[in-house]
Amino acid sequence: MNPSDFAVAAAAPAEAAEPPTPAVRLRDVAKTYRTGQVDVPALRGISLDIPYHRFSMVVGASGSGKSTLLNLIGCIDAPTRGTVEVCGQAVADLDDDRLADFRARNIGFIFQTFSLVPVLSAYENVEYPLALVGTPQAERRRRTEELLEAVGLSPLARRRPNELSGGQRQRVAIARALVKAPQIVLADEPTANLDSETGAAIIELMHRVQARSRTTFVFATHDPQLMSQADEIFAIRDGTLVEHRPGRSAP
Amino acid sequence: MNLLLKTAARNILRNARRSLMTGSAVAAGAAAMMLFGGFVSYIFAGLETINVQRVGHLSVFRSGYFLFGSGNPAAYGIDDYQHVIDLISNDATIRPLLTVVTPTQSLVGIAGNFSGGAEASKTFLGVGLIPSARDRMRMWDERHTGQVHRADNRLSDSDESRGIVGVGLARILGLCGPLHIPHCPAAPVEGAGKAQAPKPREDLVDLAKLESAPGGAKKDEAPQLELLGATVGGAPNVVSLTVAGAEPQGVRELDDNYIAMHLALAQQLVYGRGEHKVTAIVLQLHRSEDVPLVRARLQQIFADHHLDLEVRDFRDLSPFYVQVVAMFGTIFIFISAVMGVIVLFAVVNTMTMNVMERTNEIGTIRALGVRRGGVRAQFILEGALIGAVGATIGALIALAVAAAVNHAGLTWVPPGNSAPTPFHVDVADRPLLVLGTWLVLTLVAMSAALLPANRAARLSVVDALRHV
Repeated sequence: MNPSDFAVAAAAPAEAAEPPTPAVRLRDVAKTYRTGQVDVPALRGISLDIPYHRFSMVVGASGSGKSTLLNLIGCIDAPTRGTVEVCGQAVADLDDDRLADFRARNIGFIFQTFSLVPVLSAYENVEYPLALVGTPQAERRRRTEELLEAVGLSPLARRRPNELSGGQRQRVAIARALVKAPQIVLADEPTANLDSETGAAIIELMHRVQARSRTTFVFATHDPQLMSQADEIFAIRDGTLVEHRPGRSAP
Repeated sequence: MNLLLKTAARNILRNARRSLMTGSAVAAGAAAMMLFGGFVSYIFAGLETINVQRVGHLSVFRSGYFLFGSGNPAAYGIDDYQHVIDLISNDATIRPLLTVVTPTQSLVGIAGNFSGGAEASKTFLGVGLIPSARDRMRMWDERHTGQVHRADNRLSDSDESRGIVGVGLARILGLCGPLHIPHCPAAPVEGAGKAQAPKPREDLVDLAKLESAPGGAKKDEAPQLELLGATVGGAPNVVSLTVAGAEPQGVRELDDNYIAMHLALAQQLVYGRGEHKVTAIVLQLHRSEDVPLVRARLQQIFADHHLDLEVRDFRDLSPFYVQVVAMFGTIFIFISAVMGVIVLFAVVNTMTMNVMERTNEIGTIRALGVRRGGVRAQFILEGALIGAVGATIGALIALAVAAAVNHAGLTWVPPGNSAPTPFHVDVADRPLLVLGTWLVLTLVAMSAALLPANRAARLSVVDALRHV
């Protein structure tokens, strides 16, 4: 059992570079899934740059390839063709363990289904990414409490996910994604499982957090409410980038 | 590591019923292994005690006796045996380890009972010994089996004529009545149409009459046997033995032939007026674990003094002990293997179901940055925890059951023994057994988790996240 499997050394040199490179650079990226004997193309040669410190949205209908694109950016899937650079790091250059370390340090995830660890409390779920990168105990406690406070869940910190509402769970997921101050936060349909009022509150919360932390947010969504908050919009259809335009809140 | 342990422990409690069933299988396996192991340990200890009390830890023979001498013990006598005993007793290495060092004389011959009108004879296997040394040897109980014998006042260092016989031999020679042996039938009366006791040879009767003529009178009311043997020179010789009692010998062949007598009487029969020798010098030690050390030292002493002697331990002299140990050892290994397989399958089943149910969670923690090795460690740790907790509960059950059995006052007759002894299950006194079983089952549970854990670690992050 290798301790580093669970805790990436905090002192390890950052593999990500800051600007002038974009947060994400994709060049001619294609992804094809094989279902039985049939090849199903999910992405068909996408090239795009996603800038740092923005609220970027990948939009499109169901099955258009949004989630696949986010998976590639999140380094949890590999393209069939093309190159993916995240924070200046060519993803193809990293083996599985180094990819895991890279994700642990640089990328936060917010999933549609919240995906909290059910046996851990809200506090422990938020603390989890810090434990992975070996953050000292005192620092872990400070940042975890700070993030729980930021998402308004301090009173519910000891509750397990099954004792929280959908909105509360998603706020825990947001705190978990942000607690390690990652370079990029990827959110795949973060409001899809929430009612509109809760969804609006979550969007407002993420926007507020992003404005304060200047974290790069990349969303996959077809929620118009969420799209209205975008700085950058990348529209995808049938695995192809069909439009890139600034959002309403763009400077 | 703390996070890993916390998550593993909570995941076990999360599926409490499933974990309980699997843990119960481990606990049952552990308890069975420890209880049977404790029982086997007690058998081993009992057998060792019986043998060490009877033949000591080590026996010194003249070279060749062990392989060829049992048919003619007189021909393999140890010359000047008191000198050898002194060498052993005074050795600085051996002396503190020694409880008894005593000479013995093995002999064979014919025993006849001609008292009270009876006329019966039977070949015998005899041993001449020092009664006080025999008493001290029969008090050895390093393993605390409770099989300690009180001093046997039927034999005495000061009375060379007394001896005891096997119950079987007493029955054959018609001594059941005179010795008041319970459950011992009298020999059939001649002419009653039943089997007759073997009639003695006439020359033996004549010799016996010679021996019991005035001057060889009975010393008390106890029955007497006339023992006929051949001296080293081949001449016939007869001595009278006052039978002070009978003692069952456990093994029928021995019981039907056994006579224990004073060493001096045995030497008188075997050596007559010639130099008195012994066939063996028996050593009993405080602790069995010192046998190799003392054995090596004895060989060194004999080599230094150019003595043509060999050393055998009680295992050499008691193949039955070795066979029983091997048999129970094999049974223990077989039962342990069966328990191990049951635990293996129970844990594999549980961990496989855990992996299936937590596929999405695996995808989540992998996305957060946990390496494949971390996922593998997570599930292996869970398997190990189930094994450790189950084995710990099993150990507690085994200790409780063993304590109940040991306090129930049960008795049994162990193999090779003749009298009932306390029935014990040695679990509390066998820390190696408990720790070994605990460790083996925990390792088995860990190994069982390895397969599902590898499967979990190999999952594609994307596929795992899609899993519902």
